Amino acid sequence: MNLLAFIIRRVFQAIIVLLVVGLVAFSMFRFVGDPIENMLGQERTDADIERLRSQLGLDQPFPVQYWRFLKGATQGNFGVSYRQGRPVSDILTERAPATLELAAVSALFALVFGVGLGVYTAIKRSGWFASTIMTGSLIGVSLPTFLIGILLIYLFSVELGWLPSFGRGEVVIIGGWRTGFLTSTGLQALILPAITLGLYQMTLIMRLVRSEMLEVLRQDYIRFARARGLTDKTVHFRHALKNTLVPVITITGLQLGAIVAFAIITETVFQWPGVGLLFINAIQFVDIPVMAAYLMLISVLFVAINLIVDMLYFAIDPRLRVDRSTA
Amino acid sequence: MKFTSLLLATSMLAGSVGIASAETLRWARSGDSLTLDPHAQNEGPTHTLAHQVYEPLLLRDTTGETEAALATEWGIKEGNPNVWYFKLREGVTFHDGAEFDSEDVVFSLERAMTPDSDMKELLSSVKEVRAAGKYMVEIETDGPNPIMATNLTNTFIMDKGWTEANKTVKVQDFENGEETFAVRNANGTGPYKIVSREPDSKTVLSAYDGYWGKGQFPLEVTEIVYTPIQNAATRVAALLSGEIDFLQDLPVQDLGRVDSADGLKVINAPQNRVIFFGMNQGDADLKTDDVEGKNPLADVRVRKAMNMAINRDAIKKVVMRDQSVPAGVAMPPFVNGWTPELDAVPTTDVEKAKAMMADAGYGDGFSITLNCPNDRYINDEAICQAAVGMLAQIGVTVNLDAKPKAQHFPLINKLETDFYMLGWGVPTFDSEYIFNFLVHSKGEEFGSWNGTRFSNADLDTKIKSLASETDFTVRDGTIADIWKVVQDEQLYLPVHHQVLNWGMTDGIQTDVQPEDQPKIKYFSYKK
Repeated sequence: MNLLAFIIRRVFQAIIVLLVVGLVAFSMFRFVGDPIENMLGQERTDADIERLRSQLGLDQPFPVQYWRFLKGATQGNFGVSYRQGRPVSDILTERAPATLELAAVSALFALVFGVGLGVYTAIKRSGWFASTIMTGSLIGVSLPTFLIGILLIYLFSVELGWLPSFGRGEVVIIGGWRTGFLTSTGLQALILPAITLGLYQMTLIMRLVRSEMLEVLRQDYIRFARARGLTDKTVHFRHALKNTLVPVITITGLQLGAIVAFAIITETVFQWPGVGLLFINAIQFVDIPVMAAYLMLISVLFVAINLIVDMLYFAIDPRLRVDRSTA
Repeated sequence: MKFTSLLLATSMLAGSVGIASAETLRWARSGDSLTLDPHAQNEGPTHTLAHQVYEPLLLRDTTGETEAALATEWGIKEGNPNVWYFKLREGVTFHDGAEFDSEDVVFSLERAMTPDSDMKELLSSVKEVRAAGKYMVEIETDGPNPIMATNLTNTFIMDKGWTEANKTVKVQDFENGEETFAVRNANGTGPYKIVSREPDSKTVLSAYDGYWGKGQFPLEVTEIVYTPIQNAATRVAALLSGEIDFLQDLPVQDLGRVDSADGLKVINAPQNRVIFFGMNQGDADLKTDDVEGKNPLADVRVRKAMNMAINRDAIKKVVMRDQSVPAGVAMPPFVNGWTPELDAVPTTDVEKAKAMMADAGYGDGFSITLNCPNDRYINDEAICQAAVGMLAQIGVTVNLDAKPKAQHFPLINKLETDFYMLGWGVPTFDSEYIFNFLVHSKGEEFGSWNGTRFSNADLDTKIKSLASETDFTVRDGTIADIWKVVQDEQLYLPVHHQVLNWGMTDGIQTDVQPEDQPKIKYFSYKK
């Protein structure tokens, strides 16, 4: 009962957040530029400009434009892209698989390598390899994504010629979902963008796991476990790692939203045909319907992830429940 | 000799049994075509892709000269200067096998003239398009139009039956929120047909077996894979790593790298685009300057002095890495009316310019804001930065305001800038096009890009007379007269003509097309 009230309250808050995001977005669009300039050729007359402006409803004040967008959006109609002349919902469903696949592979890469290297550097604290990894991880945190992407392209595509520098390779369409998982060129094309996108999260997870591990390894029960004569393997993975994973899972969950949102830069560098590249093109063209739909979807994503994380806390940690009822 | 003929015989034999070498051209540039509908967008990359699939009545070949496409003969009808006739090519078929005839031409031109079409302005003088036989079309204009034919080089012909059957007669439909069929499907008469298309990702085309031009054009490329690559560094990397055979929009800083790479070459030619600055010379007072109650740009001596202060050679060497042709006139060199005298680059003379400024009463200079795009022309913002330094030498303090094109161009059209950069390409290859948009007083139909507030009734009359003057000697004389006024008044400050650079593998043979519109049917390979 308590949980239900909590969920209802959070959903209500989420809707308010979405409405505010939309309002802010619509008030900003006119500063991005004038879509009419891009839509008409250089031979257009002033009369053409006025005609198209009123046809698109751009002569209306922005609250009216926002209201129209909301009215359409509640019926699943996000309007027609100014740039491509196609319904925005069609374009988004066509583009989403590319971004979701890339985000999934990046998250997996970040998790597997982050946890693995984190455990390794915690156990072999003073080894030269562990030190190298720790120093190297600073690069992952501090270099901007586009630079990492371009460096990887120059190394693996231009110099070594091993991996493609752009695009998704061959894709297979299964029930409207365009997947790159089923072809060898599709899988090859995933490697560099996934590393570029996941590198930051990987270093984050790695450093988190390492410090948590070091903390746990100092605990009494680890000492007792060793005193019981358990092998290193059992101590490290059965006892220590398990206890470090709770904060790691929380962070990974929250970073998933960031991976999808940061995909914009990675997708631009690798010409990855996902929603991030679509958004960049939309900004340059001032494609208002696409920008609005993208921003709303990303906020839905963030709100949903936060809601799920909150609910998990609520379910897992009884202390939180007590805190909230007394607060 | 014998060897060549043997080779020829072998290749013919190979061709006859269907194992002729199949060449795939992997082609990339920065932006994708926006739509396959040939009348929906009047924009470079969209037209370029359309040219592989659809055809106009006449087109511009690799050097920019007009060439017969779907029309074989054209001219002004004898006895009626208001009517142009176009004799159509016989035996042409669309990709779905339908026959091409005058019905399709009438339909397509009428479709291109509808309010939703982006191509309608080029046909604004057309009163009626009518079929005068199965392979004859007449276009009647509302007065004599001596350059009607050159307006048609990007107006593509669709199949009437196909368009009607797929309910895509209307060009765009923003109000109803519907996607029209022609946005993602095409049925042209061109040398290549669409195999698959994913916008912003990949478009695959293959040679059309029934193309009328077989034997007339090289047509050596049998498959085209077209990929937009937005990021400049990735684009160059894709060419260097061999994933791309042919690249447009090669950044100037990477020319050396590509040219020196094994198996790659760079070819270039002046582009049909001139870059210049416009100045508000009509208003009584400027908003963005520090001179009270007066407009310094209204004084022709100030404009001449500024023109003299801009060192075009320095811009060419430092900003453009030699990839520009300094200009003395705001007109690309291919255009009818261009002369070497007009385009003579003014010598940079700071002392003389300073004296002229003093003469005009601005010896202490003034300050003004320069509006500049930062994502439209090659190194646009850097050119403006260079100009800031050059104008400072004669006391003009310029505050640079560089913005994306979507924010820059509205400033010009809403007359909210006093000093701005603009680039201009001339699709008709005739001066009239420049005058109509850049010189004529700004109004409903003319002067829509004239942000200078310059207005000269006498000149306006002359400009309008060009549209119907059928005597080309008289017409060229008027064009020269108008240019003289424009130059004497220093209406614009020309900077340079852009140079196009295409990167490609060594084996490809083609010329750089001045409109940046490669037509793949002309591409051949070194044997």
